[in-house]
Amino acid sequence: MNQLEKELLQIKEKVHEMWDLVTFQVNGGKVALVNADKELARKIMKRGKKVNIYDIKIDRMCENLFALFNPVAVDLRWILAILKINANLERIGDTAEGIARLVKEADNPFEAELLQTTQVLEMYDAAEAMLVDARQALAEEDTELAKALIKRDKILDKINSKADKALVSYIQAHPEDIAQALKIANIIRKLERIGDQITNIAEEVVFYVDAKVVKHRQKNKRDKNRSKDKDNDTSEE
Amino acid sequence: MYHTDSKEKEYSIQTKDVHLYYGDFHALKGISVAMRKNQVTAFIGPSGCGKSTFLRCFNRMNDLIDNARIEGDILVDGVDIYKTNIHVDDLRKHVGMVFQKPNPFPKSIFENVAYGLRVNGTQNKNFIQERVERSLQQAALWDEVKDKLKKSAFELSGGQQQRLCIARALAIEPSVLLMDEPASALDPISTAKIEELIYGLKKDYTIVIVTHNMQQAGRVSDHTAFFFLGELVEFAKTKTLFTSPRDQRTQNYITGRFG
Repeated sequence: MNQLEKELLQIKEKVHEMWDLVTFQVNGGKVALVNADKELARKIMKRGKKVNIYDIKIDRMCENLFALFNPVAVDLRWILAILKINANLERIGDTAEGIARLVKEADNPFEAELLQTTQVLEMYDAAEAMLVDARQALAEEDTELAKALIKRDKILDKINSKADKALVSYIQAHPEDIAQALKIANIIRKLERIGDQITNIAEEVVFYVDAKVVKHRQKNKRDKNRSKDKDNDTSEE
Repeated sequence: MYHTDSKEKEYSIQTKDVHLYYGDFHALKGISVAMRKNQVTAFIGPSGCGKSTFLRCFNRMNDLIDNARIEGDILVDGVDIYKTNIHVDDLRKHVGMVFQKPNPFPKSIFENVAYGLRVNGTQNKNFIQERVERSLQQAALWDEVKDKLKKSAFELSGGQQQRLCIARALAIEPSVLLMDEPASALDPISTAKIEELIYGLKKDYTIVIVTHNMQQAGRVSDHTAFFFLGELVEFAKTKTLFTSPRDQRTQNYITGRFG
């Protein structure tokens, strides 16, 4: 193993340690939500500081590698991908921290019916599984898994888009739980955001392994379809 | 592999299935490549891969080696330089060369640059004077030497000597400039000057540079060719070759994972 490979390995190890921290924050958030565990919520928030330290450390290691080793080709793509993956992991940690804060600030445990009708726990399960698979895709350079992840984000988007309706019905039936319902609305938005951030990570895996840029592709396709639909609508009129 | 007539005008150097042998040793194995006019092409690859040998084909420097034998076509500005009845001296007026170590003649700065003109029979003093000045300016050396043109070239620093050699090559107005590791014996400041010079010369010349410094290839060239064991493994836009090379051997070489 040459010196460059040793340096890359050190960064890789740091990223994995950071991934452990962020995974704890995301998974713990669900447990804290279900069990109204404020102590766990506090722990998740505290872990955020450690994640920030890793974020800075990994950025610095990448900066040094650029300056001292002039990485090219696959090494260059890997280090560029890691910079972005690091930033996204840190954001996922921040978002998980935000959820923990909402749980900590809640006056009462969340109603089971509210959790069920909004599908927030299903969203959590999907986000947790995506985070695990994104890590595997990076470690094993598995672009098929990464591409599948980009598609799986739709599950979160779908639940998110249905949530408003579910929340309105719930609030109408339980006007006394408005505060709780608003907190859940907030958590759902945050989980949807985590899905986007994991998608960003998956896109970076494809860039690193295949030297292909897939980001914004889904969005572009969607916009194109929308404008096509619009055109069709007008022609029908 | 050959391009259409209209396209051919865009290329300064075209080779087709070039093989070169040193006795029994097969040094170049079927190299076909086309290099555009007014572009910089870098040749990279480990020592002994054939990149300098290939470069030396373009001005028939390999003719000087007794047991060297070449097959295939090499066209410089549309002329097959091995098959046409072209005089080597005329070819070398057309294809200038700069070497790894600066090799000024034991003459004054002025006479070094004027040398090529004089041996080609130019006698007009004003013409020589103008051409020497212009060449030194093109080589970004004029300001440093204009007050000591009669001094010996050996009084110049290594970096200045190398720019003097570039001025000497430019004085006879070639269309192609071959550079065989032109900055490998120079410090970083002199190297930067040579690289700046290459950017500037590109508009008037087609430049082919052999370099072991991959960052240099990245900085100065438009296209890069990677050679390995006498083969041209990959020829691509420099940006592409250094970010997403096609061939695993190229990737291994440029990332330092060879062998």
